[in-house]
Order: sequence, then structure tokens, then C-alpha cells
Amino acid sequence: MIAQAGASFVNDLFNNFWVVLVIKAVLVLGFFLVAPLVVGYMEHKVLAHMQARLGPWYAGRFHGWAQLVADGVKFVQKEDVIPEAADRSVFSLAPAVVMIPYIVTVVVIPFSHTIYAENLDIGIFFVLAMSSVSVIGVLMAGWSSANKFSLIGALRAAAQLIAYELPLVLAAAAVVMQNGTLSLIGISESQSHVWNVAWQPIGFLIFLVASLAELTRPPFDMPVADSEIIFGAYTEYTGLKFAFFLLAEYGGIVVLSAVASVLYLGGYLGPPVVASLLPAPIWMAGKIGALSFFVIWLRATYPRLREDQLQRFSWLALVPLALLNVMVVAIVKIAVK
Amino acid sequence: MTGQEYAFVVLALVGTVGAVRLVTAKNVVHAALYLVVTLAMVGSIYLVLGAEFVGWVQILIYVGAIVILFLFGLMLTKAPIGRESLDNQQRGLALLVALAVLAGLVFLIQDAFHWGDRKMNLVHNTTGEVGRSIFQHYVLPFEAVSFILLAALIGAVVLARREERE
Repeated sequence: MIAQAGASFVNDLFNNFWVVLVIKAVLVLGFFLVAPLVVGYMEHKVLAHMQARLGPWYAGRFHGWAQLVADGVKFVQKEDVIPEAADRSVFSLAPAVVMIPYIVTVVVIPFSHTIYAENLDIGIFFVLAMSSVSVIGVLMAGWSSANKFSLIGALRAAAQLIAYELPLVLAAAAVVMQNGTLSLIGISESQSHVWNVAWQPIGFLIFLVASLAELTRPPFDMPVADSEIIFGAYTEYTGLKFAFFLLAEYGGIVVLSAVASVLYLGGYLGPPVVASLLPAPIWMAGKIGALSFFVIWLRATYPRLREDQLQRFSWLALVPLALLNVMVVAIVKIAVK
Repeated sequence: MTGQEYAFVVLALVGTVGAVRLVTAKNVVHAALYLVVTLAMVGSIYLVLGAEFVGWVQILIYVGAIVILFLFGLMLTKAPIGRESLDNQQRGLALLVALAVLAGLVFLIQDAFHWGDRKMNLVHNTTGEVGRSIFQHYVLPFEAVSFILLAALIGAVVLARREERE
């Protein structure tokens, strides 16, 4: 039986609507500003050790933990350069359009059945709708920079999103069919006995690959391929605006890792036997960390795909496989019923 | 006025300004970006009306897919880079078509709702309700629509292929 989600802990503490709204907004924003820094620091360190280096060491004394804070301070101090031929308003708006959808999706991520900002009836649908919006920002950035490399990077990003959105949505749809709910808390709770990954390992793989492509992380980083198009759509950006794009990238890793853990790894529930050893938020944070580590690990392991390989892989391999996955889940669900 | 009505006024105003700028913008990419604003406001109005599912479908399909295809198509073909502009001189004809569509819509909506003497109750858990009504009562129309879309899709592929061969 699916347990009901409790009220959000913020609603339990305060009664006033506006107070609750402000506190939730602050918590969501705080999470979005801190979690990507942790993942960014992890990327520095993990990549360094995988390549037999030490990585950041001096900032903050202990293993360079403050390196990304120092980087942030550096970005703030830099001059804000806008190219002469650029379309100024679109150019300045683009970083916000890339970042805001990821901030908004944090709202529905549950850390236990009471620790969340909002339990939307259509949680997973909301996440998928929002994550596709940020590509508009990438297109804005690439076009308004008045730079051919930027434009090519933006077009690659858009083509990649169009290709990989479909397998991502289809993989999520199979989970929704199995668990019978769109709410992220509902999906987590219905995995209290067996995690979805045990039933749908292929769906899990499709979801992971498609989210990597959606985030334009290696081996799907064609849109920012440094050896061909410098840094794609972000080539002309400097200072704080550039930092926003980086923050959006690492925020995206956190958000999609969280969604993948909810869909397939039981979300905030621990493994069935040992679940009570640790509190729910720790399990959730651990899963987000583990999946983020996996994303970083792939960067150190695989070379970049070529643009045509990338498109062919989605349309000829992932999409048919995802459709087959949906079909099998539907048939099994009806047969078992 | 209730909070809901205030929200509606703000969203409708922003959406209208976006729509006007969409047709008056000199730059075709700016026009497509104003279209994003208008479509997002329409989606938000669905949310204010309590139609959560329809609202997010509007965002996913129109903002997240159709406008991206527009921008992609524009940038792949003839979007002016930088501050050049591209304008199509057909204001009169466009105005005529727009007024005709407006008249048709006003007539239809007026005919269906008789100017507000009918009040609808908000349904909670609308996603479940939408799913149930589509797949229990309207399966046949749903399948018919998907069949038409499939035919259009195959037609588009055939047309694109033929051009390639010549």
C-alpha cells in the first residue's frame, strides 16, 4: 500500500502562507547554490585522482575545500564584456533563462516524506517540462553572441535536446505506468519493497544516457566541444554570466541525479533491510552523490561522440528501445493484474 | 477581487504585451522569444484556473518543443545574426486574418458559455480526471487524433525524402 505523503515540514512549523512561501523559496535557492558547488568540488577532486593528480589543495587549507568559493569570488571580480555586435538584451537574459528552470525543479525534489517544498500531483511531468525550457536560453546565448562558433554550439545543443527528450520522457513514462502515480513522493513510497531498477534496468540505463545528453555532459558534450567550437554557446561570456552557466550545468547534474534516484533507486528510502540505519535525507543525498560521481567518472573515461553518431544513437537505438520498454511494462502490468 | 483574479490580470497583461511585441518586433528571433512569453503566460493562466496538467502540457509542448523547433529552424536558415532585421511587409493581410480569427473565436466561445451565466466547479486531482476521461470515455477520438498525427508525420517524411532525391 502506498503511504500518504505528510505535510511539508515547513507547513508544520508555520501557519502564515507568506512566511511559508518565503522560507521555502530561501531553502530551495540555498540548496541550488550549495549543492552544485559540492558536485563541482567533487568533479575537481575525482578527476584529479583519476588522473593521478591531487587537484585543488590550498584554498581553505583542508584538501582545498574552498576552491569553488574562491572561483566564485574570482568570477564576481571579472569585467563583464559584451561583444560589440551582440544583441545586448538577449545576451544578458540568456544565463537566467538557462538557470531558472533548474532552480524551479528543486521545488518538487523530496528528501523524506515530510522534507520537500511542494508535492505536486504531476511532479515528474513538471520536472520534464521544466528541464526542456532551459535550451531556449542556450539558443538565445548562441544566437545573440554574433559569433559563428556560438551559433553552431547552440544549434548542436538544440538538436541534441530534441533527440534525447523523447527517450527520457518514454523511460519516465514506463516508471509512472508501473507505480501508477506522477508524484515524486508517490513514486518513492511505492518502491518500499523493491526498487524500480530491479524491474526496469533497461529503463534506468536509457534514463541515465538521455539525461547525460540533456545535460551535454561527456561523452555527449558536442555542443561545447572545445577542440572544434571553443566553448559553444558560452564562448563570448565572461564573469558572473559565465558562472551562471556553470552553476546551471552542475545544478542540472544534481537535479537529474535526484530525479533518477527517485524514479529508479527508491528516492529517500534506503535499501529494504538496512533502510532504518540512516535517516531518509542522508539516503537521498547519498544517492544524488553516487549518481553525480558516476556522471563525473564517465567524463574521465569516455571520448566525445561525433555529432552524427550522437543523433543516430538516439533515433535508431534509444528511442526504439524506450518504446519497447514501455510496451513490455504495459503488457506485464496488465498480465500481472 | 480575489487573489486568483489579480494573478489572472497580471498574467493576461504580460501575455498581451508579449503578443503585441511578437507581431511588431522587427527581428524575427525577438518575435519568437516574445512568443515564448505569450505561450508561458497562457500556460500560467491554465494553472491559475486549476488545470495543472493542461498548464504543464502547454509549457512542455509549446515552450519546450515547438518554440525550440521554431528557433532551430530560424537559426539554421536565415536568422539575422546581430542587429540586422528581417521584416515581411504584409501587415494589412495579417490584420484581416487576425480579426477574422478573433471574430470566429468570440462567436464560438460566446455560443458555448452564454457570457458567464454558467459557473464551473474546480476538480481536484485533475491529472487523474483527465486520464480517466480520455482513456475511458474518449478512447476513440483519442486514437483518431493520433492516427491523423501519424499520417501527417509519415507525409512529412515522404515529402522531405522526395526533395532529397531530385
